Amino acid sequence: MMRSVILHGAMIALLIALEPMLSEYHHGNLARILVLATYAVGYNILFGYTGLLSLGHAMFFAAGMYGCALMVRLAEWSVGPAFIVGVVCALVAGLVVGLLALRTIGVGFMIVTLMFAEAAHLTIAYYNEYTRGDEGFTIPQAVRSVAGLDLSDTTTRYFAALTLFSLCLIASAALVQSRAGRVLVAIRENEDRVRMLGFDPFRYKLLALVLSAVMAGAAGAAYAVLFGYAGSTFASVQYSIFPLLWVLLGGPGTTLGPLLGTVLMFYLVDYASGTVMPGLAAFVEGSFGIDAPGLASAYLLLVGIALVLLVLFAPRGVLGVVRARVVPWLP
Amino acid sequence: MEDLIALLPFDLPHPALLLAGVLEGTVLAAVLALTALGLSIVFGIMRVVNVAHGEFYMLGAVLAWFVTTWVAAVTGGPPWLGFAVALVVAPLVVGVIAAATDWLVLKRLNYDPEATIVATIGILYIIQQLALTFYGPYARPVEAPFDFRVATPYFGYSGYKLVVVGAAIALMLVVWLVLTRTRIGLVMRATQYDRETAQAFGIPVDKVYAGVFALGAGLAAIGAVLIVPIRQADYLMGGDPLLLSFIVVILGGLGSLRGTLVAALFIGLSDGIISTLYDATLAKILATLLVAMVLVFRPQGLFGARAA
Amino acid sequence: MATVGLLTASGLVKDFGGLRAVDVEAFTLHEGEIRAVIGPNGAGKTTFVSLLCGRFPPTAGQIAFEGRDITEMPAHKRVALGIAYTFQITSIFSNLTLYDNVALPAQRRVMLDGGGSVARRAMDALERVGLADRAMEQAGAQSYGHQRLLEVAMGLALGPKVLILDEPTQGLADSEIEDFIALIRDVAKETTILLIEHNMPVVMALAEQITVLDQGRVLAEGTPEMIRADAAVQAAYLGG
Repeated sequence: MMRSVILHGAMIALLIALEPMLSEYHHGNLARILVLATYAVGYNILFGYTGLLSLGHAMFFAAGMYGCALMVRLAEWSVGPAFIVGVVCALVAGLVVGLLALRTIGVGFMIVTLMFAEAAHLTIAYYNEYTRGDEGFTIPQAVRSVAGLDLSDTTTRYFAALTLFSLCLIASAALVQSRAGRVLVAIRENEDRVRMLGFDPFRYKLLALVLSAVMAGAAGAAYAVLFGYAGSTFASVQYSIFPLLWVLLGGPGTTLGPLLGTVLMFYLVDYASGTVMPGLAAFVEGSFGIDAPGLASAYLLLVGIALVLLVLFAPRGVLGVVRARVVPWLP
Repeated sequence: MEDLIALLPFDLPHPALLLAGVLEGTVLAAVLALTALGLSIVFGIMRVVNVAHGEFYMLGAVLAWFVTTWVAAVTGGPPWLGFAVALVVAPLVVGVIAAATDWLVLKRLNYDPEATIVATIGILYIIQQLALTFYGPYARPVEAPFDFRVATPYFGYSGYKLVVVGAAIALMLVVWLVLTRTRIGLVMRATQYDRETAQAFGIPVDKVYAGVFALGAGLAAIGAVLIVPIRQADYLMGGDPLLLSFIVVILGGLGSLRGTLVAALFIGLSDGIISTLYDATLAKILATLLVAMVLVFRPQGLFGARAA
Repeated sequence: MATVGLLTASGLVKDFGGLRAVDVEAFTLHEGEIRAVIGPNGAGKTTFVSLLCGRFPPTAGQIAFEGRDITEMPAHKRVALGIAYTFQITSIFSNLTLYDNVALPAQRRVMLDGGGSVARRAMDALERVGLADRAMEQAGAQSYGHQRLLEVAMGLALGPKVLILDEPTQGLADSEIEDFIALIRDVAKETTILLIEHNMPVVMALAEQITVLDQGRVLAEGTPEMIRADAAVQAAYLGG
């Protein structure tokens, strides 16, 4: 318990201390990473701790993003109340999807969540008139402020993202140590046994899914507010796969794994698509005469390779291995 | 001639428009049935949900472009020559890649259902991004092997499209005969029934699985080669057939060949008609929701006894 | 001694496909007794007790607990009423510590009672089966015998009215079996026990009443002495 408080406190303190040292470029990156890591923390509650693999979490992220952004764009609400609308949208979506999808297990659950998310993605495209589909729309800088704080300012934005991330991190750490968290982990390990110990697994799985959806939605709404943009790409399958990848990489069922996985993957893709792949493309074309017109933009190749390698060789992720080999108490 | 349809001064479905919808729907249904059949066989026999299936389809189309372009450049022959070569080479290459995938990845995961899905998602991105790398972000046409038009009461219709329907039906017939009437089919069905027992009876289960995975991918590739003269080849074209195949296979009952064909006909025709007359997106929204509901409320009936 | 029926079943039938796995006309478990269910392999013993604790629904028939019809009640609610089941195939949470394994049922009991200490209840349960000193070790790393004991401790931590034990001594060494018999005698002071058991010495040492199942039906019922003398039972066991 004490160790957990110190560990998470230290992590947050580190992120605060980092702020003044960041260049403009890394400032923006890290704020983005913190928002996306919040999404991953939510995903981890369902996948890492409860053992339910959703392929449709983008619908919750998008519910938060559009719930918030559309209130600003169409109803001209200020971003504070609009953010709350976004979170509520994700909560309702989580509840409805949970009540239906949790009647299935395993592969069935994966495909049902995938289908619901695809329906949501298509619905956003269908109402193109309001959502502007793929192209998306921006939220003007002028309205992106809360209580006199300009959220488009890099420092404010960083601390806003950090606040959201810290809240969700602490909530997830507290959940894991709570009685409900113990039941969730037990469901992951052996659902039938949990039922025969007198717990209703459905209720606990629904709790995990709704909490997970709320965090995803909060991340989506925060993304819209902090970066001033909403687009249907965030509702696509790709954005359901990303949190799965980040959590798998960082370590499913570890509180800090989602952040670690998001940071590693973000900078891996950033470095590869900014430096390695354009260079590689020039090399391949220059030295071998092989035409590789899309190599410079094929950064998703890394996502594919990472997924396959993780599933094959390291399904416990970085922190999962650390826990197994070095620090058995890691939460 | 098809341009004339657009000029018709009708708001409600005119017979011409309806006929166009049915024809387009039939072509879509035929190719969809072929593609979905591949997905269905792989799930039915291996219990593997192959999320990369759409990418094998895309690969078939992109390879068809490479092959026809190459044949035209080297031999200077007519379009049908390159197309005929593509029809053989593309599914073979895709089949080999699929067999290698099975051997390198799926087999090592012991075909664990959830891990397999995550792995095939990874494979989806790898194939798609490699296509982007070497083929580029372009949509490129492949010339139809021949060009003649069939007269309807309202407009001339591409004879090639009708040949696609015929070819797809013939191929499905062949697959059905192989599965039900040959020794290879018997071995496949035995493996489906009980993997351990099949192994005990000396059936090389590993090879059968690699073969089944290659067959499934090859069917998607043939479907793509057939469609590519109608619709151009691009690296993102795998998404739609994947979604539609999922819908077809789940509605039809995973692993049930007859169900797959009936559902493909239903989805292909309704998609063709609806997207000719109304909005394709709305049709897809309804179809995906329908699939989700089927899985939620009738999982055992459509997914088979081993739902998990 | 006249006792009330704690857990009763009537006309209980379970079909799997075309096969009738269980067909029990009437069954009454009395409060405070140790009842053994015996029978040859495939007699439907596990299926029968699984119906009692609600792991799957019966094809026909009624089940009542403390006079209340529980036929339609889902398993987790029956457990909350006081029917605990320990699995035949050891079904512990192997990746968790022994403590976490028993903390889960202890927590359920505390939630039902509306108070109490999870930690004390969990440690009590481990104490009773003699595993308290290993509380922080990983469950999966324990010997088979210890895992069987942990399984029983999980049942005990629930504080059940009826404890259903499915072949608890399977795979235990002789020395472990003796300890086990003592443990069950001790537990039986406050809990009714329904025991599926293959090991006849264990049955004879523990059971006050025995129900013999064969092909899903009750072949005989009575005290150990009566069962030992029953010709039909001998025929069933000896394959006559």
